[in-house]
Amino acid sequence: MKKTSIASEFFKGFIRENPIFTLCLGLCPALATSTSVKNALGMGLSTTAVLIASNMTISLLTTILRGISSEIFYHKIQKVRIPLYIVVIASFVTMVDFTLKGYFPALSKDLGLFVPLIVVNCIILGRAEAFASKHNIGLSLIDGLGMGLGFTMGLSLLGAVRELLGAGQLLGLSVFGSNFKPAIIFILAPGAFLTIGFLMGFFRHIATLRSKRGN
Amino acid sequence: MFELGTLFKIFIAVVIVNNFILFRFLGLCPYIGVSKDTESALGMGMAVMFVMTMTAAVTWAIYNFLLMPLHIEYLVIIAFILTIATLVQLVEMIIQKTAPALYDSLGIYLPLITTNCAVLGVAMLNKDTLFGESLSFVKCIVQGFGAGVGFTLAMLLMSGIRERLELADVPACLKGIPIAFITAGLMAIAFLGFSGML
Repeated sequence: MKKTSIASEFFKGFIRENPIFTLCLGLCPALATSTSVKNALGMGLSTTAVLIASNMTISLLTTILRGISSEIFYHKIQKVRIPLYIVVIASFVTMVDFTLKGYFPALSKDLGLFVPLIVVNCIILGRAEAFASKHNIGLSLIDGLGMGLGFTMGLSLLGAVRELLGAGQLLGLSVFGSNFKPAIIFILAPGAFLTIGFLMGFFRHIATLRSKRGN
Repeated sequence: MFELGTLFKIFIAVVIVNNFILFRFLGLCPYIGVSKDTESALGMGMAVMFVMTMTAAVTWAIYNFLLMPLHIEYLVIIAFILTIATLVQLVEMIIQKTAPALYDSLGIYLPLITTNCAVLGVAMLNKDTLFGESLSFVKCIVQGFGAGVGFTLAMLLMSGIRERLELADVPACLKGIPIAFITAGLMAIAFLGFSGML
């Protein structure tokens, strides 16, 4: 019983509660950094790292605070929990930001503004509020990992479509040969909106087909 | 005196050419979430405009008078996000007291300005491009205000289109958010036409 619940916590982020296509969270980085698969992977994994760390910390913090403080004091803390979460998340984002700057300067430059902006990614605060503050540290880790990988998967899918159509490449390797004229618009801003719109429609269509078959 | 030409250029750049929503992908959650009718779109836009201008001013002061002298620039993310959270709380209280109707219609999205990446985005962009230049305080405020105006402009355009879309015959799987994104894509293509302007 325990095992199935762990598996379902892990896999829910991929399709059923995919952050990008189903929950529509974290759209800004999803569109801005999915110009290529490489950037998408970098962004997805950075977000995953922050998500796991913040999920675990917040889960631990809530458990400890609930354990040591009196009922009234805990109720007071509940009121300022959002700023608390944000400080925790911001600290981890700062760490990731400096790690990227130090070890992957090229990637850090490509992602630019969107590394510090992980802090306002709704997925992270959303998971903290909806999951980590109510579950133990182990489940929060699994949830963070699953959601983060689901986000990475969504990003990479967007990145793959855009890189393929916009540059004729995949992970920097030419796919269609030199005669292919790429539609540059897919790397530019409009292409991101069009791609996510059609992909979302596609995911929704599959969901309807599935529920019909279920009936 | 204030290099009005430069300020005007910054303003136009941030409103039209580098529109925060359609070019930089900042603030998409409220853009998609609150653009269903024009009235709440306008309210949200106004709230964001106000918060952004304030943020631009306050973060400039915090960075230049607190973080720089103490050499703790690495705390910039934490400092900025806390500033924004406080400002949003302030705006929320003001709107709740002065315009309860607007407060009801904005509902859940007002606290969400805190996690609106456009607001933190304007603070970080100001830090990266404008701090350290002469008269940068004025430029920061102009960039913050302009970003808010651009945000409101995109919100209003979108809400107008979406009100009509309600009546249109859209394939079932594209109804709602997907078609909004495709519309945004077409709008972005139109805005791309401004890119040679400056």
